[in-house]
Parts: sequence; C-alpha cells; structure tokens
Amino acid sequence: MKFLHDILEKQKPMFEKGGKLEKFYYLFEAGESFAFTPPTTTPAKGAHIRDAIDLKRMMMTVVIAMIPALLFGIWNVGYQHFLATGNPDAALLDIIIVGSIQVLPIVIVAYTAGGIVEVIFAIIRKHPINEGFLVTGMLIPLTMPPDIPLWQVALATVFAVIIAKEAFGGTGMNILNVALTARAFLYFAYPTDISGSKVWAYLGGESTVDGYTGETALALATGAKTGTSVEAALQSATSGWAGAEGLFSFNNMLIGAIPGSIGETSAVMALLGAIILVVAGVASWKIMASGIVGALVMGFIFNAIGSTPFMEMAPHYHLIMGGFAFGIVFMATDPVSAAQTERGKWIYGFFIGLLTVLIRVFNPAYPEGIMLAILLMNVFAPLIDFYVIQANKNRRLKRSHV
Amino acid sequence: MNIKTRKGFDINLVGKAALQIGTAEQSETFAIKPTDFVGMHRPKVVVREGDIVKAGTPLFFDKKLEKALYTSPVSGEVVEVKRGDKRKLLEIKILADKQIEYENFTKYSVSDMANLKGEDVKESLLKSGAWINIIQRPYGVVANPDDSPRAIFISAFDSNPLAPDYDFLYKNDGQYFQAGIDALKKMIDVPIHLTTNGNAEVSAIFQNVRNVEQHTISGPHPAGNVGTQIHHIEPINRGEVVWTVSPYGIIQIGKLFLEGRYDASKKIAVVGSEVTTPQYYETYIGASVGKFLKNNLKQDHIRVISGNILTGTAIEKDNYIGFYDNMVTVLPEGDKPRFFLSDGWLAPTSRLSFHRALGLLSFLSPKKERVIDTSLNGEERAFVETGVMEQVVPMDILPLQLVKSIMAADYDGMESLGIYEVIEEDVALCEFVDVSKHRIQNIVRQGIELLREG
Repeated sequence: MKFLHDILEKQKPMFEKGGKLEKFYYLFEAGESFAFTPPTTTPAKGAHIRDAIDLKRMMMTVVIAMIPALLFGIWNVGYQHFLATGNPDAALLDIIIVGSIQVLPIVIVAYTAGGIVEVIFAIIRKHPINEGFLVTGMLIPLTMPPDIPLWQVALATVFAVIIAKEAFGGTGMNILNVALTARAFLYFAYPTDISGSKVWAYLGGESTVDGYTGETALALATGAKTGTSVEAALQSATSGWAGAEGLFSFNNMLIGAIPGSIGETSAVMALLGAIILVVAGVASWKIMASGIVGALVMGFIFNAIGSTPFMEMAPHYHLIMGGFAFGIVFMATDPVSAAQTERGKWIYGFFIGLLTVLIRVFNPAYPEGIMLAILLMNVFAPLIDFYVIQANKNRRLKRSHV
Repeated sequence: MNIKTRKGFDINLVGKAALQIGTAEQSETFAIKPTDFVGMHRPKVVVREGDIVKAGTPLFFDKKLEKALYTSPVSGEVVEVKRGDKRKLLEIKILADKQIEYENFTKYSVSDMANLKGEDVKESLLKSGAWINIIQRPYGVVANPDDSPRAIFISAFDSNPLAPDYDFLYKNDGQYFQAGIDALKKMIDVPIHLTTNGNAEVSAIFQNVRNVEQHTISGPHPAGNVGTQIHHIEPINRGEVVWTVSPYGIIQIGKLFLEGRYDASKKIAVVGSEVTTPQYYETYIGASVGKFLKNNLKQDHIRVISGNILTGTAIEKDNYIGFYDNMVTVLPEGDKPRFFLSDGWLAPTSRLSFHRALGLLSFLSPKKERVIDTSLNGEERAFVETGVMEQVVPMDILPLQLVKSIMAADYDGMESLGIYEVIEEDVALCEFVDVSKHRIQNIVRQGIELLREG
C-alpha cells in the first residue's frame, strides 16, 4: 500500500502553506489519515511507545456496537410497515427492502450534513477533523422516527453540530450530547413529525388495516385508564388488529418488534451493543448499571405510592419500553457529556434512570423521558464532577497538618 | 508497611538483559549534560577546553544552587564545552584517561563512620558531586541543602519496562549501601524509607539494612516508582519537602566516605528488541554508548533511548547516557504509514494496548514479550475518553483533572489536585494509554515549572 501513500504524499504540497488548496489542508489531512495511520513517531523525550489505540478505532468500536440496532431497525421499519398495512406475512426480503429504502437515506443525510459542518469548522478553525462525528452521525438516525422528512434530519444535524458542539469549542468541549440535541431540536421545533401516534410506522401512503393503532407502548401506558393496568391496556390496544395480537407483550417489547424510533425499539440489540462496549471498555459500565438501578428504584417507589396504572406498572417494564435501553447504553455513556469522574458516573447514571421514569410517568406531554433525562443530567454532570473533585481536594487538604 | 497496589500496567518487551557483563572496549569520551537535570536553568561552567580534570573535579554548578557542584565522572581532558542557541550549555565532554585518577576526599573506616559529623557529610557530598543524587519532591529537582526534608525515600527496585535488575547491579555493594544510609542519617536525622518489591525475592543488600524503615510494595508498574511509594507511605502535603535517592546514589555516597573518592563507575543495561545481545556493561556516568552498540544492533532504523521507554530521552547512536540513567534501550523506529485496512486503525492488531477496543488483541496475551516500535499510533486529539488514566495511577489523584488544570494554568487547581506528589515518571503510563496522544509528562513538567517560578 506504500504506492498509495506515495501518491497521497505527492499531492500534499498543494495543500500546504502557500499551495493552491492551502485552505483545504485539514480536509486533505483527514482523508490521508483516514487511509493511513500517519508515520508520526513519539517525541524524543517522554513515552517512546504508545498504546495501539487511537480515537478512530475507539469511535469505530462504538459504531460497530450500534450496528445490531441499525440492522434490526431496518428490519423493524419494514416489518411495522407491513404490519400496519395488513400484510404481516410479508417476505423477509420485502421487509428489508422497504426498511432499507426508508432508513439508509436518513443515515446518509445525517452523515453528509454533519460531515459538511465538521469540515467547514475544521477549515475555519484550522484543526484536524475529529472522529467523534462517526458516532454522532449514526446516533442521530437511530433516534429518528422512520418517516421523518430528510430535510429535518439535515436541519437537526446541522443545528446540533453547530449549537451543541462547535459553539462550545468543538469536540471534547460540548456540554450536551450532540445527537440528543438534534432529536430535542426536532422534538420542540416540529413536534408533529416526531411525536404523537402517526409517525412511528412508515406507511408509504398506504391505508392502515382495521384495528391499527399507531401509539407507542409509552403512550398507551400513559393513557391507561384508572382501575385497569398498563399490561391490560397494552394487551387490549392491538386486540382488533389482525396479525398484531400481543404486539406489546413483554417479550415482543424486549425483542423490539414494536413501533418506535428506528434504532431504539429493541432492548436486546441495545444489550448486544452494551456487551460490545463494556467488553471493549469503551463505554462506562458504571453509567449503564447505575442507570438501570435508578430506573428500577423510581419504578418501585411509584409502585409503593401507586395511584395511576402507569405508577403501578412493574418496574422492569420501564427498561424495555421506549428508548431507555438505547439511551442508557449509547447516549448516556458519551464520555464528553457524561460525568468524567468515576464516582460521578455512578451518580450521573443513577439520576438518568430515575428521572427517565419520573418524566415518563408524570409528564404525559413527553412520554419519552430518557431524552430529557439525559440532557438534563448532561447539564448537571459538571456539577457532579465538581463535588467529586472537591472531595479529592479536601482529602488532600485534610491530611496536611499545616 | 506492606503496600498492595492494583492500578498500573506492566509492559513486557523483547530484549531483557541477560545477567552477564559484556566485554566491550571502554568508552573514550564521557559527557555531563545540564539538560539531564530538569529545572536547571543557569549552569555556570568552571572548566575550559583543554583543562585536565580528575574524577570529582567540578565542571559546573547551577547559579540558583551554587553549593552543589557537578563534577567529572572520570579523569582526563575537557575536550569540548558544547553550547547551543543563546550559548545554552549542552554538554561538557571529557576524553578519559586509561587509568582513572580521583580527587581526594576524606576517607573513613567503617568504625570512623560512627563519629562522622553531619556538617562534614553535607560538605563532602556537595563538594564531590555526590549530592546530585539527592532529588527533592515536590518538583523532582536536585535537592536544596538548606531545606529540611521530612523524610528520605529509596525505592529498591525498578518496575519500568526492561529495567535492570538491582540485585545484579549492586550485589557486591552492600557495605557501601549501608555506609551511604549511615552518612545520610548523620547528616539529617529523619526517617529513611526503603521500599522493596513484595513480588520478588529481596536482594541481600537490601535486607537487614540498619537505620531504615523497611516497606514492601506489590503491584504492577509504577509500583517501583518512588512517587507511588511515597504516596502510600506518607504522602507529600503542601509546604513539605521530602528527598529521594536511588540505590546507586546511596552506594556512591557510601563509596565517597569509605573510599574517599567520587566513584562514578556504574553498570548499565543495554536492552531492547533491536539489540543483538542485551546484557550489562561496566562503565561510568555519562558514557558514550557507541561502543556498547557497535556490532550489537540488529538493524539501522532504530531509536536509541537513554533510560527506559516510558521516561527516557532519545539520543544518537554514539551519544552519551543520561546522568541518572542506568539503561540504554533500543527500539525499532515506527515511522511507517499503515493502511487502515491492512495494519491501520480498522485492522486487528497485536500491538500492545491497555484497551480492548475493536481489533486490539494484545489483552489476550498480557504476559507476552513484544517488539514495539515508536509509532504514535494516531494523532493528537481533544480529550474525549475518561476513566482510563485513573486505572494506571495507583494514587488518590485524578490525573485527567490535574492535567487539565495545568493546561489552564490554574495554580490553585494544580496544587489542590496533587501536583506536588507527582513528577513525569508518575504519569508516564497516562501518556502511554492516552487515546488523544497528549504529551502528559511534558504537561506535568510545565505545571511544575509554573509553580516553581510562581
């Protein structure tokens, strides 16, 4: 592959200072360093050998961990389409074709729109293009409903990269999770396209089958009437819908063959991603574990108080409904916007779980609590860190006798 | 105290020194480089080219610490006083005699040692150059004789990659080691802490030493770093000073009193995957390493490092070993571009990593001795990853937050986050594991210099 590197090196002077395309140096550099780990060696003083990891590999690990969710999402978008239009026995190939046609453009648009912004900022600010967007560009599509207009995906991505990241100084400096900011932007700017009961299955202009309901499990749980149970409401919601009986059974929600955002429906796929991330040591298992504990604790507290069916719902249902699993695995663990101290991570994760359930149960306007819970805790993460760091400082101060 | 640490990382490399002394011609030239003494800004030379010196004859001193003299390791002729930009002193080169002659310092018999006076010890140490072995914490610079340290710490082993075996280096120097300890104890009556490796057999010379408090530490590198040991025995607080001395320094001090001369002879290990026969050699401080590497290298495209691969300094093949270093490591240079699919960032690799991210397979064989080149394995990026540096620093310190406070020149932050407890070597593994490829050791030194000036 040396010849390829030589060819690239030959083009380099054009991009260097004084060259014709000097402005695009960092674009060239990004391309070259994408293709080749640069021949840079360690400085003459200090650690002469370095760990084999780099940011590209680390980010790619996260992308790989999301692939099960993406593939399942593609299938599920197709499956929900046929289910809603009364053709639950459609062939697997048809399902995947429909799903791909719907999902892949969203992925491509997110990557393209965000990539362009990244490049522009790299050129203006004269810094290398950061790999973080590899992950963000995949997270954004996975949090979108299947029928989201592409221009909204582009707009939200651009908004999030500029406002949530570049305005704060770029990669590593952002307070809020970039992908969630994109979703929150759409949520508040174009609520009809990302909430309600019309958007969770791609219909493609076809009419829905009798008994169809476009509600998500969370919306059904919120709407469960006093005196009944959430389980019963979930059970009866699809009873008249041919082929979709038991759509919201526990097992089906666990697997994720339910309406929802593209990548968030399957707790199993999120678990698979979590295993990859934890084994690879790329995401904090502490945040995931304490997040689950937080959600369960809040669930049990509600059980104990219990005045509405949603409060009385078995706590473990919270883990598989909506985007909780996806959010706690892929969003909450973003190392930049999460708490950065190890003790802080426990607290941060716990409150995400707790707030998610709190928001879900008490705020019917936002049935998807995880998005707001994570954004809220993103804001509080520096405060948590402050106290953890202060405790470390105090221990040091205390032992001095001066 | 028996200390156990879990945090850290052992790096196993090919090219460990065989326990034998190689036969190589003695180096012809020796050099003392002021750059080996971090934090020395104004060295003042007291010899001229052409001067004849003995081992122990002053060459220069630091204008900020005039009492401590830096002396010649060998006798011979000063052949070059090499200066760089703005007449910055780079090195003083000495062409060595075949037979070393020594400056005379007062000699004591073992029984006389009991009557040594503290003031005399200090004066001898400062005059002879043996003082330079005493390093102070905080800052990791040559100690100030006017300070009163709280304690003295000695680490009796080196846990760095390919580090020499102290038992092999010093097994015949037991009486000098004891004499060195006794002399220091006379000079300043503070606890002397000697920490041995809890995971290995303790060398006879470190057993039954009098006048010291014995400790053991077991754990992965950096358990052998004196900074780690200080943190667990009695951490340094703001306003306090402790001193550290290497076993070599103690022995040199012992020889100064028992033999009456500044003896700069030392064994060094020549190690690394690119060395044909990794083994030990006998020479003196500041030796030119050319003779040890001649016909002893597997290839040409290499990096020669004075010291170990985590904290050392790259030198030329015929350049001089650093003052405090007792090893020379030779690694393959890693300046090849690597295509991302074949051996770059998307390909599986057995290159050493502390991480287990996609395709990093080295964790499957942690004990395997590896050949590692000097590739940076990436490019510098903003800090993204968290929680990893903490896993290689066995102290109650938040390394990432400390580094960030230094980068922000936040004086209060640095102090309260524990900068007084660390020097470069204590964060060397942070630099190794850092995904963002920052020069952590350099940053910590900058922070230390800010505080020294401030």
